[in-house]
Amino acid sequence: MMELVCPAGTPAALRAAVEAGAHAVYCGFSDETNARNFPGLNFSTEELTAAVAGAHKRGAKVLVALNTFPRAGAEGLWHKRLADAESAGVDAVILADIGLLDYAATNHPKLRRHLSVQAAAANPDAINFYAEAFDVKRVVLPRVLTVQEIAAINKEIDVETEAFVFGGLCVMAEGRCALSSYATGLSPNMNGVCSPASHVVYAEEGPDLAAKLGGFTIHRTPKEQPAPYPTLCKGCFTSGEQTGHVFEDPVSLDARHLIPALAQAGVTALKIEGRQRSRAYVAEVVRAFRAATDALAEGRELPLAELARLTEGQQATAGAYAKTWR
Amino acid sequence: MTMDLTVGANLFFWTTDATRGFYERLRAAPVARVVVGEVVCSKRLPFWEHDIPLIVATLKDAGKEVALSTLGLITLNRERGKTKDLFDMGLPVEINDITALKHIPEGTPFWVGPLVNVYNEGTLAYLARKGATRICLPPELPLKSIAALCKAGKDAGVAVEVWGHGRLPLAMSARCYHARLHDRAKDNCQFICGVDLDGREVDTLDGQAFLSVNGVQTLSAATGCAAYYTEALAEAGVSTLRLSPQTGDFNALCQGYADRLAGKISPADLVAKLLPEAPGGRFADGFLDGPSGSDWQHPISA
Repeated sequence: MMELVCPAGTPAALRAAVEAGAHAVYCGFSDETNARNFPGLNFSTEELTAAVAGAHKRGAKVLVALNTFPRAGAEGLWHKRLADAESAGVDAVILADIGLLDYAATNHPKLRRHLSVQAAAANPDAINFYAEAFDVKRVVLPRVLTVQEIAAINKEIDVETEAFVFGGLCVMAEGRCALSSYATGLSPNMNGVCSPASHVVYAEEGPDLAAKLGGFTIHRTPKEQPAPYPTLCKGCFTSGEQTGHVFEDPVSLDARHLIPALAQAGVTALKIEGRQRSRAYVAEVVRAFRAATDALAEGRELPLAELARLTEGQQATAGAYAKTWR
Repeated sequence: MTMDLTVGANLFFWTTDATRGFYERLRAAPVARVVVGEVVCSKRLPFWEHDIPLIVATLKDAGKEVALSTLGLITLNRERGKTKDLFDMGLPVEINDITALKHIPEGTPFWVGPLVNVYNEGTLAYLARKGATRICLPPELPLKSIAALCKAGKDAGVAVEVWGHGRLPLAMSARCYHARLHDRAKDNCQFICGVDLDGREVDTLDGQAFLSVNGVQTLSAATGCAAYYTEALAEAGVSTLRLSPQTGDFNALCQGYADRLAGKISPADLVAKLLPEAPGGRFADGFLDGPSGSDWQHPISA
């Protein structure tokens, strides 16, 4: 059975995901140690301890993301969070930074380590390096690989792989992007945020509504239309004669029809993005994906129609798995 | 101690003649070392890799220390092979992707480039134990982190470099934006990135210069410039400023920084001298001590 790894931004979302059939949930502490460091999101140590007990009672695992790059002079905070995660009884930590992986392997050898997508390990050599150096047991694959490439990678590695199947899509190589800090001073790697709301301004300019990030206009829409959130790499820009989405069209990943192919490619776990999403959204997505993984395990046809309405009204893509732009 | 200068690998796709000319002239530039190699796109390599041994010999002959760079984003099998082969060339290798760590022969010293995530003392210490002797930090790091890393570098015998001048490398992608802007598939790019010798500018819808694209790489539109921070960086313990190749009189740029490090010219004079040839026509130094990377609080001319 493929393991379904589901997002939990809050204790309530975690319970909802587990009740909806998540095999595992992932979450973070309420600070800069994880890449979804948003106001009102994430867990205190006490909340995490209670959440782990609740999830374990229902047979679900809890994975904790400590996937930012510790700040020089302040590594102690990240080290403390590793200890907190281990005391809370979590099933694994998801790490990206070499220094933190090294520290965890040395000081918390029994705490299972997964390699975060933020490490962007996109080939067997990189994955084998992390596996050999830090005894990483699972690698979350970057969203730049085709199914064939994933299959080829799995033939050359011994660790488990986890692939994103649903939710937001990073355009750039994950963990190697400083676009957000160039515009705002805050980045995923250093602060656990990308295009932070604290730096967003919506300005009415004539007939338009301009969505600005750190003073740079990312979108411009007629006032009566809904204005998209100004995520930097999904913005509309001009280059020479061209105006449009220079980096990526604002679509989200939907690879549900590829679940059997990913299973065939040797993928162990399927990951759903969206720790910032509501409890209701998480429950609905998890339920639908659990029905799909159950169907796959039992050799039944995948209930894709049930998933269809989740992306209704939005543009979705199979992303790099299809790689139409190559 | 006075800082010295490293010329980083050329991030852009220039013709063979332009590349040869650039390195031939660089013999006379007041820089201690030069990193040579293709960082951005392996498809560019066949156009100039046969010249690399000659470039290396030319620079070494002029007394420069030379290292070879790996690619910045390694995915394909042939790219993995190229990376492995670099370690057989008898020169220091500058790694710009963690993939290379799998291939470094035990006990071989190496350098770490600005595209590798070295954000803290733990990572620096690990890389030092693996054999790193020189690390150019990621450009987004603030002065405070730089100072902490220099201290760790001193303890571990690692020289720390900081991005001194050039458009700031901000992101890498599997996708080629040059090809996309020309409605071409990546496999049929026809090497269109070669027409923009300092990258292709991307403006906001308000016409504000913002970013620039260079194949699969995204850089700042403004040119990163540490002219106003040379004393602070030296104070922090930085060994070396890194200068990134750009068009125009690059040797004069190197001379300008050498003069700045020697205290012969002021930051304002250096900036005034460099502005006419700065890609994007403006500077940024906000990553070092500003509210954001794009920030620049100084008058741009003396």
